Amino acid sequence: MNLIDIIGPVMIGPSSSHTAGAVRLGLLAASILGGKPVKAEINLHGSFAETYQGHGTDMALLAGLMGWMPDDERIPRAEKYAEESGLVYSFHKIDLGNMAHPNTVLFKLTSAGGSYCEIVGSSVGGGQVKVTEIDGFPVELTGRLPAILTVHIDTRGVIALVTSTLANAGVNIATMRLFRSDKGGMASMVIECDEAVPQEILNLIGALQQIESVRFIASVL
Amino acid sequence: MKKEMLSLNSWIEEATRWQQSLDDFLIDYNMRELECSEEDLLAKMQAMLAVMEKSVEHGLTGVRSHSGLTGGDSKRLAEAVIGEHFVSLLGAKAMDAVIYAMAVGECNAAMGRIVAAPTAGASGVLPGVFFSLKKHCQLSDDTLARGLVVAGSIGMVIAERASLAGATGGCQAECGSAAAMAAGAAVSMLGGSAEQVGTAVAIVFKNVLGLVCDPVAGLVEVPCIKRNGACALQALLAAQLALSGIGSFINADEAIDAMKSVGDSLPCALKETAGGGMATTPSALAWAKEYFAKAHK
Repeated sequence: MNLIDIIGPVMIGPSSSHTAGAVRLGLLAASILGGKPVKAEINLHGSFAETYQGHGTDMALLAGLMGWMPDDERIPRAEKYAEESGLVYSFHKIDLGNMAHPNTVLFKLTSAGGSYCEIVGSSVGGGQVKVTEIDGFPVELTGRLPAILTVHIDTRGVIALVTSTLANAGVNIATMRLFRSDKGGMASMVIECDEAVPQEILNLIGALQQIESVRFIASVL
Repeated sequence: MKKEMLSLNSWIEEATRWQQSLDDFLIDYNMRELECSEEDLLAKMQAMLAVMEKSVEHGLTGVRSHSGLTGGDSKRLAEAVIGEHFVSLLGAKAMDAVIYAMAVGECNAAMGRIVAAPTAGASGVLPGVFFSLKKHCQLSDDTLARGLVVAGSIGMVIAERASLAGATGGCQAECGSAAAMAAGAAVSMLGGSAEQVGTAVAIVFKNVLGLVCDPVAGLVEVPCIKRNGACALQALLAAQLALSGIGSFINADEAIDAMKSVGDSLPCALKETAGGGMATTPSALAWAKEYFAKAHK
């Protein structure tokens, strides 16, 4: 950790994992959905389910879904803003089993454009977060760096095409992870980059034949 | 290639060898790490101090937490101090450090804006010590910003050698570390030597070792808010001893490593899970039961 990690961040209390981390999970979920969420079914597991009201986890998750940052002073009143902005939401308790991190949330989100997405993420301590599942796919997304997320068909050369497109655009890849349902089936890539990826580059990647979808996930730290 | 662990001892030795003050040495170090100018680094610290000052003010308005469990105590204490029948047990510097630290703790519990330095739960300790010394020792804003670099650097060493999280090392790692950071910074801001900074850090850990993290109902309220006050006091005590020329038989790195080993041997029940300590007293359990029943309606 560097000096800025230790003396910071500025955040709305009371808990870095239950409040600041929850905002970041909301931010990541909204950006994975790829559009303004209009309906959010929010399922809380473990400690999130037990103490969400006392820690303002519910407000923090809504704040993130609305695109606010962890230091936004409107967070304690996020519920009111969500209602006004037409975001229909509900909170539920869920048991994701012993293997799930105690601070885990399962979002079921619908966007204004009608797309639907299920996202599982955990707040793993000190405000750090990890998205672990998108639409049933295992992933690992921390929001520490800007990232792109692809869904594609598992075929030879897809990775080379995507990475060379990024290389040509001068984008440096920091980390990269691959997942697939089965050989030749649906696959996914999470590529964390050192810089934001411009829309025209995303369009180029999205136009590749084997790519089903590509989304840019902004850094939330 | 194995990266060497950060060491407060070696920073102190190096600064001493180059006859540099520890704050100058650490500003140089962090400028290199963050690839920024001294001006930018100190401006960033000023910005954090400005937020901390606002948190103190907000807490002192008497805010209450959403759960209703805590709030209003820093205001009560500040009013008691100027009251007619007040019996002063601590000096004004110590008293203000406690008041400000608790104010930030209450601001945090009430979903106010704070600087998580080093964490949200321990966010009162640094503002408590810094703003009390600012008021009573006429420290300039620049001195405070430089002090915050010292505090943060101590925190970096603790984060690497041990942990700053209550869930990992208990409250000794959270409020205890905040006290160590504040104590070292206080020594530095008041003109103590690099060696005395290390001594103050070591003394704090000797005095907070074993402190468990046992929040009632898992909320950052009881006993967290008063612990922030107590740890601000620990910081001032350690700084006072170090500045008086009293040494520490155990050095700073060793003290941090001892804190880590105690943290590792603490049971899970005493590490932020509300499974022991104050959290499982009859009063706490009764309150938690009622609170959860209400919350889950």
